[in-house]
Amino acid sequence: MTADAPGPGAGPPSGGPEQVVQAPGSAPPAPPDHGGGPATRRGTAAAAASRLLKRLATANESWTLLALIILMGYFTAAAPGKFLTLTDLGYIATNAAALLVMAVGQTFVIITAGIDLSVGFVLVLSGVVAGEYYLHHGGIHAGWGVILIGAALGVATGCAWGAMQGFLVAKAKVPPLIATLGGLGAAEGISYLITGGSDLRSVPQRLVNTIGFGDVGGVRWLIIISFAVALIFGLILAYTRFGRYTYAIGSNPEAARRAGVGVDRHLIKVYALQGLLSGVAGMMSLAYFETTSIAGHPTDNLTVITAVVLGGASLFGGRGSMLGTVIGLFIPATLQTGLVILGVNQYWQYAAIGMVLVAAVYLDQFRRRLRERT
Amino acid sequence: MAEPLLEARGISKRFGHVQALDGADFSAFAGEVVALIGDNGAGKSTLVKTLSGTIRPDSGEIILEDARVHLSSPLDAQRRGIETVYQDLALAPDLDAAANLHLGRELYLIPFLKVLDRKTMRDRATAAFADLGVELPDVRAPVVTLSGGQRQSVAVARAVSYASKVIFMDEPTAALGVVQRGRVLDTMRRVAARGIAVILISHNMPEVLAVADRIEVLRLGRRVARYDAKATSVEELVGAMTGALAMHGGEGGE
Repeated sequence: MTADAPGPGAGPPSGGPEQVVQAPGSAPPAPPDHGGGPATRRGTAAAAASRLLKRLATANESWTLLALIILMGYFTAAAPGKFLTLTDLGYIATNAAALLVMAVGQTFVIITAGIDLSVGFVLVLSGVVAGEYYLHHGGIHAGWGVILIGAALGVATGCAWGAMQGFLVAKAKVPPLIATLGGLGAAEGISYLITGGSDLRSVPQRLVNTIGFGDVGGVRWLIIISFAVALIFGLILAYTRFGRYTYAIGSNPEAARRAGVGVDRHLIKVYALQGLLSGVAGMMSLAYFETTSIAGHPTDNLTVITAVVLGGASLFGGRGSMLGTVIGLFIPATLQTGLVILGVNQYWQYAAIGMVLVAAVYLDQFRRRLRERT
Repeated sequence: MAEPLLEARGISKRFGHVQALDGADFSAFAGEVVALIGDNGAGKSTLVKTLSGTIRPDSGEIILEDARVHLSSPLDAQRRGIETVYQDLALAPDLDAAANLHLGRELYLIPFLKVLDRKTMRDRATAAFADLGVELPDVRAPVVTLSGGQRQSVAVARAVSYASKVIFMDEPTAALGVVQRGRVLDTMRRVAARGIAVILISHNMPEVLAVADRIEVLRLGRRVARYDAKATSVEELVGAMTGALAMHGGEGGE
């Protein structure tokens, strides 16, 4: 119905019937009482320029990109020839690959005004499920068929976990913070129960040598996968109905519901997507670290949420972008690498990121007020 | 006039201990602006929600174009050509005007992949606003950056674009200034002139008298009076609403 309705419905107002109505009506099409009509016309050029400036100033990515450029410029100037080398960039991007994939999902979740704390733990659970399968099917010598089945099982586990959390949020009306906090604990517990507490090291060598450490034309598979995921889902967010509904629900769920959007179903899909991408990240992590690293991802959720928020997404929903998230993720990574190169105690980065995060949310509030005043 | 386009007969609805509607009748004819008035708690909102598919009545029937209908949801009502402009406008503030206009009714460039046709949607939005005599500075600006009157226009344009039979307008001018109020009332007349039944829910009696063709009064969950707008006064309407006046001008029974 949604596909057909606009045709006949939207046609008449722009077409014939209105013309007929206009004639007998006493008011001409442009009534003189039009609010601010002449004034708008007089200052059109100036208004357009100021609109452009305002749009840039309030654009989600502008500030974040500026911050990243300043950081990179500073480190490059402070340590000439050491920072921003190709090796560095490759190192940063490889380490951030799994995080980027999870941040892509988190961008959708946060735009719906939700949050998913479970990401790092769903990553581990997916890795454990796949690792367990590999353990019983050839271990490190497993062939591609087994690798694919294991990966599918791991990713499906993540997706199902996410869908379950989405169901709790959308249908059971459990606040996302609590639903995913519960999911976090349960995922961690099950990971330990399956493995008995010791990491599985049954990762097939073929997987490690390709996805984990292999490259295509000098670019690591991990980097290619993470950026492909960001690109594809960035396009989906910006240009498809799925993305449009994500913004609409975060912006005003009641309005979306009244317009006929299946809000609950969409929310479940968004959380399932986050789970699925956590599962993909789990497989990437498995291939890279050659172990399930059960205790290795306790703060992934915070890193990922920080990235999305730094990228200009609003925790109140309705705003955010994939480009912003990508930039937002590389600010902490750049800071870390830069501080190491400058010889500053790298623990300063945690303090710095904390301050930057709070500043970013403050800036978001400030921009919101600025926008609403106009 | 001929048969009503939309008619409610003996609608009753109870919420717990509250009898919101108690055998309420209502009728709206094609091409007219009819005002539905009543004191707080008279059942206006409940009746409107019933006729726009949000609430299902306990008893009574709804007749649309001579046929008895069951409205199972707002979407079902929309499919039958009944649109509602809600008091809170029901807009997504972070989306632009064009996106809001097409929310739930997107047009696609690649239908298979649900890739949106943003240009066509923008063009249609621009045309729809021009139709209402509204000039938005930028259809790409998020609705949150628009003025109250402009937001109102977006909500009205959306309803007008899709309504083929009936539009409910719940307190459409409550948040507006004088100039914008005049524009909305003007719009209602023009929409009615297309043969659509426009139903205005309002507390503002002078406004009701200025814009409506007919007025129906609800009190304690039933229709207590119907008036021709030209032949009544604010005093008479207030009297009917509060029950201070003996009913004349036509009691509910036909």
